[in-house]
Amino acid sequence: MERGMKKAQVVIVGGGPAGLCAAIEAAGAGARVVIIDENNSPGGQLFKQIHKFFGSFEHKAGMRGCTIGARLLEETKSLGVEVILNAPVYGLFKHEGGMVVSYAQDGREKAILGEKLILATGAGENALAFPGGTLPGVMGAGCAQTMINVNRVLPGKRIVMVGSGNVGLIVAYQLLQAGARVLALIEAAPYIGGYGVHASKIRRAGTPILVGHTITRAIGKAQVESVEITGLDENFQALAGTARVLEADTVCVAVGLSPLTELAWMAGCDFTWIPQLGGHIPIHNENMETTIAGVYAAGDITGSEEASTAMEEGRLAGIAAAEALGLAAGRTKEMKLEIWARMNALRTGPFGQRRFEAKTQLLGSARKAAQ
Amino acid sequence: MSVPETAKDGIKFTGIASREELAACPGITTGERFEKGPVAVIECVQEIPCNPCEHACSSGAIVVGQPITRLPVLDGAKCIGCGACLAFCPGLAIFLVHKNYTDTSSLVEFPYEYLPLPAEGSLVPCGGRDGDFIAEGKVVKVKQTRQNDGTALIVVEIPKEYFMDIRTICRKETYHGQG
Ligand SMILES: Cc1cc2nc3c(=O)[nH]c(=O)nc-3n(C[C@H](O)[C@H](O)[C@H](O)COP(=O)(O)OP(=O)(O)OC[C@H]3O[C@@H](n4cnc5c(N)ncnc54)[C@H](O)[C@@H]3O)c2cc1C
Ligand code: SF4
Ligand code: SF4
Repeated sequence: MERGMKKAQVVIVGGGPAGLCAAIEAAGAGARVVIIDENNSPGGQLFKQIHKFFGSFEHKAGMRGCTIGARLLEETKSLGVEVILNAPVYGLFKHEGGMVVSYAQDGREKAILGEKLILATGAGENALAFPGGTLPGVMGAGCAQTMINVNRVLPGKRIVMVGSGNVGLIVAYQLLQAGARVLALIEAAPYIGGYGVHASKIRRAGTPILVGHTITRAIGKAQVESVEITGLDENFQALAGTARVLEADTVCVAVGLSPLTELAWMAGCDFTWIPQLGGHIPIHNENMETTIAGVYAAGDITGSEEASTAMEEGRLAGIAAAEALGLAAGRTKEMKLEIWARMNALRTGPFGQRRFEAKTQLLGSARKAAQ
Repeated sequence: MSVPETAKDGIKFTGIASREELAACPGITTGERFEKGPVAVIECVQEIPCNPCEHACSSGAIVVGQPITRLPVLDGAKCIGCGACLAFCPGLAIFLVHKNYTDTSSLVEFPYEYLPLPAEGSLVPCGGRDGDFIAEGKVVKVKQTRQNDGTALIVVEIPKEYFMDIRTICRKETYHGQG
């Protein structure tokens, strides 16, 4: 190994809720932990989530996402976790004694050797193709959310939100709070994808939710000047006579998230395809360990869910990595079982059941892969 | 510009709990309880993984239990109408209703996370679950406490007949103003 290369027992890529919780558990067990994140502040999705979180009380629900992020951050600090920021990780190389993680910082290439590697890179927004979709004024909902909540810039005044999952519903609400008009939230499916309580908030504010509708084009010369939408039949075909034009200057697209799995591919992890979880997912076992020994995955990278489940998966990965390093003391097994019980409880009900089945399928793939 | 509503009824289709869903909702107490004084109205009708309301109520009037996806159940007999649960619900789905405030008026309290906040004593257009105007109301109180963490609670006095209908200050009216 190159002399002087930076070393850590656990290297975590991604400082969102999953990465931070992994760090808390691993460092709590005594490991030397380094988190690397490409942003200028850690917290991942949490810092733009100014709304009070749903979820369970134990997962700090009822608290605003940004406050949860700040709490987790304090905890990692007090445990002596090193956080490297503004540092995109671009390469992973198998090496004696672990994995070399290459990242860029201040325009320079750097590397660190991690005995154990935890990938907690989260998920990215899906795009939607439609005529006019490249006009300025068409953007991802998460992008609009970063603009209003982090940079305090209103992306537009008259907005059409596409997609009724929780992201679309919540960002629509936050755009209303920021002072924009949300002319309509449209959804191609015949029903609302996200939670009713979030939908009710924007309905009370006067924003219509149009299920069975899609965007057919964005119209404008140099930027979005209006938006054409149309009703759909049950086969998702445009219904004649239902097209109309809304005078919007902004289109926000919230049509799902896909796990950011590039690094897991690079590490050589085996994948499986589970559409309910967002596509290609690195196979992992009950310890969140992938098919590459010593490489773990946690949070939205294993299928987009919620911060609550991301935190639990992070904890599992952190505990398991510490255990594999021979650090964890006595109660490891019970702790892991408790986490699984809490996660399974979160994955019940009409919204959670499908994720539970998908996650069960994922663990099944791990068992198959291990044989 | 008017955008027509969809035909199907119910929270999953419109984002608004239907009459039937509200009638079956375990977070809404009985008719007699409303006669007796202020009480929480929990309009949470979908099984989602969420339970801060249960922990917010120190009177033990709200039970979600296990698994966490169960609907919150309100025990009207235990609810003392303190309103502590309102700002803790991330879904902004809990309201406080004092039906018999006077002979002709009720008080409705709801979380309101928009600026500007209305002035106490002012008259405001009040609306229903779809944000449409129902009746004018008087702002009796605007509560902003540290504990509520940025969520203002607004108490409006409204004509009694609308105590189960009015749930917000109309934002649509402001829209018309803005063109
Ligand atoms: C609008 C919206 C509302 C939400 N509301 C709720 C809610 O109310 N309740 C709830 O429980 N959940 C909510 N969530 C979901 C929650 O935010 C996510 O599930 C959670 O943040 C996922 O955590 P994570 O740690 O896996 O990923 P993230 O939070 O996305 O963090 C991943 C981090 O990794 C970094 N990264 C990625 N690739 C690299 C790389 N190559 N090099 C360096 N760094 C990298 C990213 O920049 C990021 O900082 C919401 C999400 C959105 C978008
Ligand atoms: S109003 Fe007070 S007593 Fe009633 S449910 Fe809410 S917190 Fe409990
Ligand atoms: S806190 Fe609100 S959204 Fe969550 S379960 Fe309770 S009433 Fe429903």
